[in-house]
Amino acid sequence: MRTPARPLVLGIETSCDETGVGLVRGGELLADALASSVDEHARYGGVVPEIAARAHLEAMVPTIELALDRAGLHPRDVDAVAVTSGPGLAGALLVGVAAAKAYALALGVPLHGVHHLAAHVAVDTLEHGPLPRPAVALLVSGGHSSLLLVPDLAAEPVESLGATVDDAAGEAYDKVARLLGMPFPGGPPIDAAAREGSPHIPFPRAKAGDGTFDFSFSGLKTAVARWVEARRRAGEPVPVADVAASFQEAVADVLTAKAVAACRAHGVDTLVVGGGVAANSRLRALAALRCEAAGITLRIPRPGLCTDNGAMVAALGSLRVEAGVEPSPLDLPASSTLAL
Amino acid sequence: MLVLALDTSTAACAVALVELGAPPAGPLVRASRVVWDARRHGELLAPMMRDVLAAAGVRPPEVRAVVVGAGPGPFTSLRVGMVTGAAFAAALGVPAYGVCSLDGIGAATTGPVGVITDARRREVFWARYQDGTRVGEPGVGAPATVAADLRAAGVERVTGPGAGLYPDAFAGFGTPPAGGPGELTGSGEQSGSDAQGGSGAQSGSGGLSGAEPEYPAPEVLARLVAADIVAGRDPGPLTPRYLRRPDAAEPRGPKAVTASRPEPVRSATAATGTASAGAASAGTMPV
Ligand SMILES: [Zn+2]
Repeated sequence: MRTPARPLVLGIETSCDETGVGLVRGGELLADALASSVDEHARYGGVVPEIAARAHLEAMVPTIELALDRAGLHPRDVDAVAVTSGPGLAGALLVGVAAAKAYALALGVPLHGVHHLAAHVAVDTLEHGPLPRPAVALLVSGGHSSLLLVPDLAAEPVESLGATVDDAAGEAYDKVARLLGMPFPGGPPIDAAAREGSPHIPFPRAKAGDGTFDFSFSGLKTAVARWVEARRRAGEPVPVADVAASFQEAVADVLTAKAVAACRAHGVDTLVVGGGVAANSRLRALAALRCEAAGITLRIPRPGLCTDNGAMVAALGSLRVEAGVEPSPLDLPASSTLAL
Repeated sequence: MLVLALDTSTAACAVALVELGAPPAGPLVRASRVVWDARRHGELLAPMMRDVLAAAGVRPPEVRAVVVGAGPGPFTSLRVGMVTGAAFAAALGVPAYGVCSLDGIGAATTGPVGVITDARRREVFWARYQDGTRVGEPGVGAPATVAADLRAAGVERVTGPGAGLYPDAFAGFGTPPAGGPGELTGSGEQSGSDAQGGSGAQSGSGGLSGAEPEYPAPEVLARLVAADIVAGRDPGPLTPRYLRRPDAAEPRGPKAVTASRPEPVRSATAATGTASAGAASAGTMPV
């Protein structure tokens, strides 16, 4: 197997509804390509695993070829293949993992199975350079809400400081959006509505001050539903913008408070925020405010790199290959519940 | 001309390296492997491909075409084979040909025969063959219905791994005689292994011996498109034969949370496809 000094790493991500492919060489993103099945899921109000898996199969090879074309490269230029081996939707992960193995086998190059959450952190290095060790990462999306302590991305393992005990933040967004008659995914319409509203409704900040770094959004979601129902039952109009703003404030408040507290508790001065919900305007604003007050450097990749993508997998794969990390075996399983 | 063929549409994960010789030599199986394990195609397939190539002393760039069993079959395992074949071919810049998986069994039979594979959920995938040639498109249905349809078409013999699962429905049927037209020449390394005490190891070109469980033999699939491969014909799109829509329910309106305790505003997330499709609730979705 070749191991050049600046290996070209092909990254493949299929853990949810995005077929993502990225090409990274030595910390530089050469090209990425993305195919999304999000529109096919919209009418179901959530990602349908079988629809996602079918879409991945259709999009997999064309998306890889698109990324290679964009970079002006050929499959034989690839020096290593990295792939999200979990966590995620089992059937969706399996498509990416199988494709990655086939490329690695056909090209005679190493395979690196990587953790989806670690890849979300690693992608920031493409924009902001190497990460200080250790760093804390807050990753929030439709599938997960996690606080991680990241000692060294290439070496891993990343340590989980806290996670959602029930609904992910993005999932709560989707459910509240549905309650308010907004489309899926719920993040963008709630964010937009919230800008017109006032966050005066005192929704609960569950687990905000419980001393752990875990989150809970199920209670908040239920509280919003109860509040809205009470209004409807009384025949009163629902102040949609205020509900959106108050819900969003509660989410951003808990997430940023916990993230800053985690940095302080571990003496860390850098916070990385990623995941689809990192595109949320209130979360970004509040994180910036609180990090500045606490003397913490805040790093958030551009929105296209916050949501699921292949560049993040290639980025982490690149770090691992250059650090000489042992490759994964060809019988690497796709693990929907992969531990950190 | 070396062709890598594979099928993952049944509990058998099967790989063969076939050499398409000039007539009259016909296709030659250089090496093959089959492992019976309905749930581990994703882990088994790539190492089996590596092993088959190694057993034949062939390096991947020497492979000139890929042949993939395109189903019907349980969604998850079928996709493993489809995406693996497509990606392996794309990486090498060679064509990938999809063939109806049931043909990997039916093409080796004589007379009127029904080929039956497991579709799970108390149903079977099936197709009808006349002297090794498929009659019509494959279907999916309840075993009793399929049996009645086959009888109505004058078929009295069935084969394939699905028939034995429903002995009541297929009680009156015989099995086809061993062998059949166009048997492949076996040579070189042919072996199987048994991963988890499944149905047992297989060897040689599967589907040709009535004594062993049948499965879509990749070398048979390769033979079926050998002329296209040799002639360099465009394989067309590699499309899986799912024969079923994804399970998905559109959400009803949000449920009230005040009236009853249970989970409110639960989105009507869809069920997963097959038993092995991996139940993936929203909670296991990634960031
Ligand atoms: Zn993600």
